Amino acid sequence: MTDVPAPASPPFRPSMLIYDRRYRSLTFQVIVFILVMAAAWWLVDNTIRNLALMGKNFNFGFLFQRAGYDIPQTPIPYTSDDTHLRATVVGLLNTLIVSILGCISATILGVIVGVARLSKNWLFARLMTVFVEIFRNMPLLLWILIVYAIFTEILPTPAAYRGENPEWSMIFFDHVALTNRYTALPTLAMTNDPGSLDLGARVTFNWATIAFATVLIGGLLARRAIKAWAQRVQDRTGDRPTTWWINLAIMTIPSLLLIWHFGLHLERPALTGFNFTGGLNVSNALVALWLALTLYTAAFIAEIVRAGILAVSRGQTEAAFALGLRPNRTMNLVILPQALRVIVPPLISQYLNLMKNSSLAIAVGYMDLRGTLGGTTLNQTGRELEAIVLMMLIYLILSLIISAGMNVFNASVKLKER
Amino acid sequence: MSDTHAQTVSFVRDTMLPAATPPVREAGAIKWLRENLFSGPVNTILTLLGFAIVWFLIATFWDWFAHSVWNAGSLAECRQIIAATWGESARGACWAVIRDRWNQYVFGFYPMDLYWRPTMTFGLLMVALAPVLFSASRTIRRTVLAITAVLTLWAMVVLGAPAGWLAFAAAVLIGGFLISERHVLWLLPFSIVYPLLGVWFLWGGSLWGPIFVLVGPLLGWIAWTLVSRIAPMLGVVAAILVTVLFWLLYAGDAAADAERLLSLSIQTVRSDRFGGFLLSVTIGVAGIALSLPLGIILALARQSDMFLVKTLSVIFIEFIRGVPLITLLFVASLLLNYFLPPGTSFDIILRVIIMVTIFAAAYMAEVIRGGLAALPKGQYEAADALGLDYWKAQRLIILPQALKISIPGIVSTFIGMFKDTTLVTFVGLYDPLKSMSDAVRASTDWKGIYWEPYIFVGAIFFLICFGMSRYSMYLERRLQRDHR
Amino acid sequence: MTKTVFLGTVAAVALTTGAALAQEGSTLQQVQQRDELNCGVNTGLVGFAAPDASGNWTGFDIALCRAVAAAVLGDPNKVRFVPTTGQTRFTALSSGEVDVLARNSTWTFSRDTDLALDFVGVNYYDGQGFMVNRELGVTSAKELDGATVCIQTGTTTELNLADYFRANNLSYTPVNIDSNAEGEQQYMAGACDAYTTDVSGLAATRAAFADPENHIILPEIISKEPLGPAVRHGDNNWGDIVRWTLNALVAAEEYGVTSRNLEELVRSSTNPEVQRLLGTTDDLGAMLGLDAEWARRAILAGGNYGEIFAANIGEQTPIGLARGLNAQWTQGGLLYAPPFR
Repeated sequence: MTDVPAPASPPFRPSMLIYDRRYRSLTFQVIVFILVMAAAWWLVDNTIRNLALMGKNFNFGFLFQRAGYDIPQTPIPYTSDDTHLRATVVGLLNTLIVSILGCISATILGVIVGVARLSKNWLFARLMTVFVEIFRNMPLLLWILIVYAIFTEILPTPAAYRGENPEWSMIFFDHVALTNRYTALPTLAMTNDPGSLDLGARVTFNWATIAFATVLIGGLLARRAIKAWAQRVQDRTGDRPTTWWINLAIMTIPSLLLIWHFGLHLERPALTGFNFTGGLNVSNALVALWLALTLYTAAFIAEIVRAGILAVSRGQTEAAFALGLRPNRTMNLVILPQALRVIVPPLISQYLNLMKNSSLAIAVGYMDLRGTLGGTTLNQTGRELEAIVLMMLIYLILSLIISAGMNVFNASVKLKER
Repeated sequence: MSDTHAQTVSFVRDTMLPAATPPVREAGAIKWLRENLFSGPVNTILTLLGFAIVWFLIATFWDWFAHSVWNAGSLAECRQIIAATWGESARGACWAVIRDRWNQYVFGFYPMDLYWRPTMTFGLLMVALAPVLFSASRTIRRTVLAITAVLTLWAMVVLGAPAGWLAFAAAVLIGGFLISERHVLWLLPFSIVYPLLGVWFLWGGSLWGPIFVLVGPLLGWIAWTLVSRIAPMLGVVAAILVTVLFWLLYAGDAAADAERLLSLSIQTVRSDRFGGFLLSVTIGVAGIALSLPLGIILALARQSDMFLVKTLSVIFIEFIRGVPLITLLFVASLLLNYFLPPGTSFDIILRVIIMVTIFAAAYMAEVIRGGLAALPKGQYEAADALGLDYWKAQRLIILPQALKISIPGIVSTFIGMFKDTTLVTFVGLYDPLKSMSDAVRASTDWKGIYWEPYIFVGAIFFLICFGMSRYSMYLERRLQRDHR
Repeated sequence: MTKTVFLGTVAAVALTTGAALAQEGSTLQQVQQRDELNCGVNTGLVGFAAPDASGNWTGFDIALCRAVAAAVLGDPNKVRFVPTTGQTRFTALSSGEVDVLARNSTWTFSRDTDLALDFVGVNYYDGQGFMVNRELGVTSAKELDGATVCIQTGTTTELNLADYFRANNLSYTPVNIDSNAEGEQQYMAGACDAYTTDVSGLAATRAAFADPENHIILPEIISKEPLGPAVRHGDNNWGDIVRWTLNALVAAEEYGVTSRNLEELVRSSTNPEVQRLLGTTDDLGAMLGLDAEWARRAILAGGNYGEIFAANIGEQTPIGLARGLNAQWTQGGLLYAPPFR
C-alpha cells in the first residue's frame, strides 16, 4: 500500500515538439536542417540545369591545357607552353610572396608606429597619429594606385642610366638601379656552383641553398645547446660563462667558409638593350603592392599595438621601475609579454586581411592567384564556375592555415593560469 | 627662551616678497618644448626627424598645391595657365578637373534634371537616422538636423526640384526637426519606412511597389494576432508564411494592377545610371543597414546551444571571412546566374549590395560575439532569474549591453565596408576611385591627369570615414554607464 | 511570359528596381516585350564605346547597338548599354544579361564553339600591333628583343604576344595593365618600351597624345583580330537579325544608301537590290520576324557603315583611322555583304 508509483512520464503529444523546451530546440534544428538542405538542393539543381542549358559542364580538365600567356614574375620556371595548373601555382606563389613580405614589414612598421604614438615626444606622436588616421580612413585601392603612380611618374626609365654621363646613377655602390619598371638588384652568383637538386616538375633547389640552410639551422641548434649549457653552469656555480663570442663564431664562421667554398659573389645588373639584365628585376607592381599593403596594414597594426600596450595596467610599469628595471628592459620583460596576449588575436585577423587584400594586385597588374586563375585563365577558358570555386577554395585554405598557425602561437603566449 | 630669541632679532620683514618668476627653462613655451620635444637625446633626435619629415613634405608638395588652377576646360589649358602665371618650369595642381566633372563624381550618370532626388534622399536619411544615431545628445541632433534641412533645401532649389517635392522635403525635414525636439523616438516609424522610400526616390518607378512590400508584414501581423490566440508558436510561423507568400505570389501583380488604377509613378532611373559617390554611398548605406541585423542574428546563432545552428553559422562566418571580397563580387557578377533558376537575372547593384552585406555581416557577427562574450555571466543569470525567455533576455538585457561594448568594432566594420565599395570597379560598376577616374581620363580633355582625381576621391573618403570613427568614439564615451 | 521572382527579404528592393525578371521565350520576343535592347559594351574605349560626361554613350560599337534597336524596336534610343569588363563580357551574354555583345571582341574558334557564343559577323577588321617611341630607334617588332611590353590582361592580345615572341625566339617582359587609361599612363611614363593592342586602339591612343609624331606604330601586324558582335548560341533567329542588320549597314554603303538620301531612294530607286534592302519590294523583314522597314530604320539610326565609321573613328575624328581593310570589297577592303535576296 505504501508503494508510491514512480511518476509516470507524461505521454508524448505532438504539441510538445513546440511547447516543451526539451523538444523545441530539436524541432527547430530539424526545420533549419530541412530548410538548409532544400536551399542547397535548389542551388545545385539550378546550377546543373543552367550548365546543361549553356552546354557546359563542371570539369577541371582545363587546368591541364596549355595556358598560352606569359607571367611577368615567375618564382618557379614557367613559359606560355605550360599548363593553366602551373600558371595557377605561379599565381599562388606570387600571392604568398607579397603576403609574407607584407606581413613582415607591416608588423615591423606597425609596432614602431604604435609605440611611437605613445611617445612623450609631442611632435612625433602627433605625426604618427596623422599617419594612422590617413591610412586607415582611405581605401586600400587608392593607396595601391597612388604608390604605383608615384613609382611610374617619379622614377626614371632604364634609359636614364645609359651613356657616359647618365641622368641617374645606380645606388648602393653601383649595385641597385631604381627605374619606373622595376628595381634592378644584384643577384648572388657562384664561381663554384655545386649544381641543383631536382624536385621534379622543373622545380629545382641549388645545393648551395640547401647547404646554407643546413648550416643556419645547425647554428641555431648549437646556440640553443650552448645556452642550455651556460644555464647549467650558472645554476651550478652562480657565474654565467660569456657565450656571445662562441655564438657569433658559430653563426658566422661556417657560413663564411661556405661563401668562400662556393665563391659566392654579387653580380650587378647591367643595362643591355632595353633593360637591365644579369640581376634580379623586382617589378614595381610587386614593390608598389607590397608598400601599399604595408602602409595600410601597419596603420591598423599600430592601433592594435597601442591598445595592447595601454591594456597593461600602469601598476605593472611602476612595479618594474620600483624593481629598478630600465625603461627598455621594462618594455621587453614586463609590458610586451603581457601586451602580446592582447595583441596577437587581432593581429592574426590583420594578417588574414592582408592576404585577402593582396587580391587587389590586378589593379597594378601584379599576377597573383586572382590575376592568373581568376583573371587570364578564367578569361581564356571561359570556365568561370570552376575557376572561381577553385580560387575561393584556395584562399579559404590559406586563411585556415594562417589562423591555425597563429592560434598555436596564441596558445603558447597565453597566460598560464594556475 | 622665546624672549631671548625675540631680542636677538634685529629686523623682521613685514611684507611678503613677490613670487619670483620661475626660471626661464621651467615655464611657458620653453618648458613645454623642453618636456615634450627635447627631454633627452632620443627625443631630440625624434623631434628633429619629425621636423625633417614635415619639412620634406611641405617642400615637395607646397608649390604644387600653391599653383592650383580651378578654372580651365582641359589639362592643356591648365598647364598653359600655370606656365603663364608661375613660369615655364612651374608645376601645379589642376583642380579644374574636379570642377569640370563634379557632377559625374558625385552623381555618376544620374539624369541631370533629377539630381535633386538623390540629394533629397540623402537629406531625409539624416532625419531617419536621428532616432538611431543622434538620440544621445540634443545639441548634436539639433545641429545635424538644422544643417541638413538648410543644406538639402538649398541644394534642391539650386538643382531645380519641382515645387511639390520641395514642399514635401521641407515638410519632412522641418517636421522631423520639430518632432525630434519633443520626443526623438517618435521619428522611429519614419526610420522604418525610410529604406523603402529611399529606394523609391533613387530608382523611381511606381510607389505601389514599396506600398505592397509594406503590406506583406502588415498582413503577417494580422495573421499573427489571429493565430497566436490559438497557438502562439504557430502564430510566428503563420506570420512569416503569410508575409513571404504575399511577397512571392501577390505583391508584384497587385502593384502592377494598382498602378494601372492609379498611377503613382516618378521617372525610373536604372542602376546603370548610378556611379561615383552616389553609388558608393548607396551601396554603403544599404550594406550598413542590412549587415547589422544579419550580423546580430549570426552572432546569436554562433552562441546558440543548438548544435546544428551553431555549426552552420560557424561554417558560414568562417567561409565568408576566409575569402577576399573581390571573389564574392565575382560570384555576384559571374556566378549568380548559375545558382538562380535559368533565365533569371538580377540587378547588378542589388547583387553587389547582397554580397557586400553578407561579407560585412560575417565580420559584424564576430564583433558582436566579442561583445556578447565580454558581458559578465551574471547578466545572463540575472535574466534567467527574472524568468525572462530567450528573446526577452536578449532584447532587454544582453544585446543592449553587448552592442554598446561593440560600438567601436561595429563602426570600424562599417568604415571598412564603405572603403570596400571601391572594389565594385572590378565588376564593371562606376565607382568614384578607379572607373570614374578612368572614364574622366579617357576623354581627350583630361588625358594624363592622375593625382588630382585620386586626391579628391581620397579626401572625400577620408572625411566620411574619419567623421564616422570620431562620432563613434564620442558615442562610446557618451554611452559609458559604468564608473571607471 | 514574364513572371516576377522574389527572394525573401531581397524582395523589398527588387520590387521597386524591377530587378528580378525571369525571361522566357526567344530573344526577339524578350526584347520586344521589354521594349528595350540590352547591349553589352566596353566600359570606356573612346571611339568604340564610351560614356560622355552626362552618361550618353557614343562610339562605333554603340552605333551598331542602336541600329539593331532601331530595326527591332523602331527606336534607336531604346537601348540599355551594359558596361562589361574583359572578364564579365561573355558571362553577361550567356547569362542573358545582355542580348547582344558589341564589345570589340575577337572572333576566335574557341569562343565560337567552347564558350557557346555565335559571332554573327565582323564589324571591324583589326590586327595586333606595337607602338613605340621614336627615340628608341626601333623600326621592326623583331628588334624588340628584351623589351618591356605593356599589355591589357584578359584579352586575346596576351596570347598573341606570347606566341609571337616565342615563335621569333625573342624575350620580353610583359607589364600587365588593367585598363587602357592605365596602359597609356605606363607607356607615356616610359614604364614600357612598347604598347601592344589592336592597331585601331593604338591609333586612337596615339591620336590623343600631345606629340603623336613622336610615336610610331610598327609595321608588323602579329595577329588577325576580326572584331564583331556576338549573340548567344542557339537562338538562330536572333543571330540572323543582328547579322543582317550589320549586313544591311554594309550593303547600304555599297549601294550608296545614306541616312540623308534614304527617303529619296525609297521613292525613286530602281536598283532591285536597294529596293529589297529598303523593303519597297519583297518583304525580307518578314523572314526575320520583323516588318518591311527594318533596314531603313537601322540605316537611319546612325547612317550606313561608312557614315558610322566616319562619325566615330574615321579620319575626321580625333581617332583618325583610315578605312584600310575595312573598306568595301569594291575599294580593296574586306567588307562584303552577302546579297539581299
